[in-house]
Amino acid sequence: MAEREIILEVKDLQTSFFTDDGVIPSVDHVDFHVKEGEILGIVGESGCGKSVTSLSIMGLVPSPPGKITSGQILFKGKDLTKFSEKEMRKVRGNDVAMIFQEPMTSLNPLFTIGNQLVEAITLHKKDWNKKQVKARAVEMLRLVGLPRAEELMKDYPHQLSGGMRQRVMIAMALVCDPKVLIADEPTTALDVTIQAQILKLMRELNERLKTAVIMITHDLGVVAETCERVVVMYAGKVVEEGTVDAIFRNPQHPYTKGLIASVPDMRHKKQRLYSIPGNVPKPGTIKNGCRFAARCESVFGRCTEENPPLYETSANHKTRCFLYDQKEVEVHDKTAATS
Amino acid sequence: MTQMVPNSTKEIVIQTDPSTGPWRDAWRSFSKNKVALVGAGIVLFFLLLAILGPYIAPQGINDQSLKDRLLPPSSQYWFGTDDFGRDIFSRIIHGARISLWVGFSSVVGSVVAGSILGIIAGYYGKWVDTIISRIFDIMLAFPSILLAIAVVSVLGPSLQNALIAIAIINIPNFGRLIRSKVLSIKEEEYITSAKAIGMKDVRILFSHILPNSMAPVIVAGTLAIASAIIEAAALGFLGLGAQAPAPEWGKMLADARVVLRNAPWTMIFPGIAIMLTVLGFNLMGDGLRDALDPRMKN
Repeated sequence: MAEREIILEVKDLQTSFFTDDGVIPSVDHVDFHVKEGEILGIVGESGCGKSVTSLSIMGLVPSPPGKITSGQILFKGKDLTKFSEKEMRKVRGNDVAMIFQEPMTSLNPLFTIGNQLVEAITLHKKDWNKKQVKARAVEMLRLVGLPRAEELMKDYPHQLSGGMRQRVMIAMALVCDPKVLIADEPTTALDVTIQAQILKLMRELNERLKTAVIMITHDLGVVAETCERVVVMYAGKVVEEGTVDAIFRNPQHPYTKGLIASVPDMRHKKQRLYSIPGNVPKPGTIKNGCRFAARCESVFGRCTEENPPLYETSANHKTRCFLYDQKEVEVHDKTAATS
Repeated sequence: MTQMVPNSTKEIVIQTDPSTGPWRDAWRSFSKNKVALVGAGIVLFFLLLAILGPYIAPQGINDQSLKDRLLPPSSQYWFGTDDFGRDIFSRIIHGARISLWVGFSSVVGSVVAGSILGIIAGYYGKWVDTIISRIFDIMLAFPSILLAIAVVSVLGPSLQNALIAIAIINIPNFGRLIRSKVLSIKEEEYITSAKAIGMKDVRILFSHILPNSMAPVIVAGTLAIASAIIEAAALGFLGLGAQAPAPEWGKMLADARVVLRNAPWTMIFPGIAIMLTVLGFNLMGDGLRDALDPRMKN
């Protein structure tokens, strides 16, 4: 498993929005990578830069006002940020595909499912004949577990339920065998039972097709259920990174601890649900120190002055917190003992 | 790959009528609307008159019979005769072609030009949008008939120039309509997902944005045909549209002014023809709006 190659690597990515109030870095020097066939989760609250990160990878950051201001996005070693619009179009859908949060509005209401699938295929497979294209479309609908695929080709989006539409979206994204699939909160708009089905489907497809998946979500349950590794983002920065096991068993960053503590637990019904005090700071408002300092329970002097780097706490675990700086470890042990 | 994922998931499949689609739904709703059907019937009637005019009119456009001047309606001349002894009934039938032609073609012209400008303004935004929108604003600042008169006086009075003038004055209406539609549609998620599968801007514009912004244009277009017919008649009445001896309805009204007191039928029947056509298009347009506007759906 360790032999798998890195297929997509985001290095020092900074995406900023140029507004009247100044330049606001929505994604601030973010690093992470995805290996072939891996499912990587990106977790964080609303507004922490998850979606902008994914749009940056696709080259779809609304511009203006948005722009990638520094860093690299390496896909198979090639830097996507250097690609022209024309080159990017060949990447989108073909190498890197994306599915969105709202299956209800992600399909054009005026065209049939078949129409839209066929369009997605012909964009990249220009030399295929009609029969091949149609066969591929039907095959994909079957692959995502949709019944009566042939008839479905002639249906309009409004005739399908939300879960079915999300399956169609997945089919459409996978139709050209992309190497990486970015799923931007694919289950947020669906009810819980359908959520579980879609997640299961995505896991199955990941195993079958070996497509790497970047699962963007604010739902820790989704991460625990599907991902191998997790990147936790807070206010545009990666605050913790590690395997699902490491993060859930041994959360290190106070933010991650807070996130996990605020998941409702059916076993302890009497306890009040934990919530992290305060709100996510508005992007660009915190200039110095750790961005979580204002809400952190373990905050100490250094946190408000310096920007913590990512500390590697074990082979598969990194944390952006001074508590894990060797110099501070003793202090941390004390806090751990008292809490 | 050809194998199915083991059927892990079972969803309830809603069996739907295979003959549904946005346009079919609209037709169903339209055909239930009796008033709209009456409007469509009137439009169809005049359309047939326009097409079959020369074959069904009892007399030609210019068949004069000076001994039959200004005769009241009778079994021979159903709508009476005019100053030159021409059969008004026949002239109205011939005139249908002119009015409908002006109505349709001027609206098609302004829809095409307005769509292109509106799409460019809405999709590309920024300074392109500013320039196009300000030009629209300037054009809309004039009363439309005044602008039409100005255009015709530059081009010279003729039916064709009246048509061009009417087309020009309607461009900003359609341009703004499409622009606003494009602005809202380009933020839709299916546009982002079209980009995410690698589609080109031009293709997104024409295969996704344009078809989705057509519904209000069809409605506005139908209603605009009605006003274009009135504008053409007004220009004809002012002597700036069709020239004699063309049987243009507005022109017929203008010619009838002189003899109005002795022969009111010379004015009544062309007037009724204009009114009926306009009514037909308006009723049909209202019906289309009810059928195509998603907010009107229950």
